[in-house]
Amino acid sequence: MSNLTEKRADTPWERLTNGIIRENPTFVLMLGMCPTLAVTTSAINGLGMGLATTAVLMMSNLIISLLRKVIPSRVRIPAFIVIIATFVTVVQLLLEAYLPALNDALGMYISLIVVNCIILGRAESYAYSHPPIPSYFDGLGMGLGFSLALTCIGAVRELLGAGKLFGQAVLPASYTPISIFILAPGAFFVLAALSALQNFIKLRAAKAGKPKRELPAGCAHDCAGCGIAGCSTRFYDASAKSGRTGSRGTESGRTESVGAKSGRTGKDRAVSAILSDEKEKKGQETVKNGTDKGSAGEPAALSQGKEEA
Amino acid sequence: MSQVRELLMILIGSSLVSNVVLSQFLGLCPFLGVSKKVKTAGGMGVAVIFVITLASAVAGAIYQYILVPLGIEYLQTIVFILVIAALVQFVEMFLKKAMPSLYQALGVYLPLITTNCAVLGVALGNVQKEYGILTGTVNGFATAVGFTIAIVILAGLREKMEHNDIPESFQGMPTVLLTAGLMAIAFCGFSGLL
Repeated sequence: MSNLTEKRADTPWERLTNGIIRENPTFVLMLGMCPTLAVTTSAINGLGMGLATTAVLMMSNLIISLLRKVIPSRVRIPAFIVIIATFVTVVQLLLEAYLPALNDALGMYISLIVVNCIILGRAESYAYSHPPIPSYFDGLGMGLGFSLALTCIGAVRELLGAGKLFGQAVLPASYTPISIFILAPGAFFVLAALSALQNFIKLRAAKAGKPKRELPAGCAHDCAGCGIAGCSTRFYDASAKSGRTGSRGTESGRTESVGAKSGRTGKDRAVSAILSDEKEKKGQETVKNGTDKGSAGEPAALSQGKEEA
Repeated sequence: MSQVRELLMILIGSSLVSNVVLSQFLGLCPFLGVSKKVKTAGGMGVAVIFVITLASAVAGAIYQYILVPLGIEYLQTIVFILVIAALVQFVEMFLKKAMPSLYQALGVYLPLITTNCAVLGVALGNVQKEYGILTGTVNGFATAVGFTIAIVILAGLREKMEHNDIPESFQGMPTVLLTAGLMAIAFCGFSGLL
């Protein structure tokens, strides 16, 4: 946890606005891109997906926060996944029973909420270290921010691609729909425009001498690295753990500053940090091979990793 | 003969026509993240082929022989994700011991794959489309080949564009997304194949 997060009061209202505006998972943190692109063919689908994710996020944050003293840190990721997958299954069954149309439209992507890194990221970076009430509102805020983003992207694509908004025709009949926007390529184009806009705002702020503070990423290492992937080796392989997590603090700190200079986005940075970590791990493994050594160095390495996150 | 024909259709359909990344948006994170160089993209692709093929075979077997007889199909999400996470760990440990040279080549990418939603997506898709174990495995392999094709092409394009003069706001992710969008248009052309 960064100091910035600690300084602010963890009131429910602060957590709500934090998720919706300051750390909006889609627009600011760029997390959970797969559902963002896949289900936003219309505003209503985006909203449905967003609300389903919100429900899972709220409940999993609450339960993980309640159980945070019970779950040992070594097995926390599998435990998180089981909790998350349970709520995903619950949401899936509820949708199937009460909103079959939405369930058909979203299809497999409902089940894939399990691997949405926003959820695992919040569990790891917030719920596991904070009391239940703020965690619950953190989940609600993040979920609403995600829903808002998905609805916006869905609305743009629906408006351009079909001339409709929430299923209602809003553009005059003379408008010829650019149907590519509701097809797969349109998703990439809309997101490209969106992230270009975000870059533009950041660059302008930097030029005006008011650089926006680096936001702590939702999950420390983004999609490709977060959750099971980044952490699984740390978990099951104690010797690798001390080597990797220990080096992560300095290593990704370095890449982060380089990344910020050249204007790369978080995703590149995260992945390159992981890749370079892995390289380093190979080198260090020969030195730190004893399992007892690894587990002894673990708490220190863990707290270092957390500080960095 | 008809089965060979069916498998061939699945092979083409899953790898080109409904490409996993460009039309289903699964596995976007590694697609955007590890596509800087053709060499690393290729490594990632091979690792993905390896894991997805294995995972879809194992998940298919578990579904057919454990979940269906017990009548607990609704637990598929939770079971599949745990199986995949365990499988990747197991594969990593096995390769480390048995085939160090292959581990050297793939080891870096293996942990990154667990959260790749394509793996879970393929396993769930196989169940949804009611594929058996053999067809499911072929579908998994074809999907992974499609992923490899897409990521290697994107990496090649990104290498070529590295020194282009791109407007400041569009540097980085926006350009990559635009490239992916154009590739998706190109892949739409395959829809006439089947």
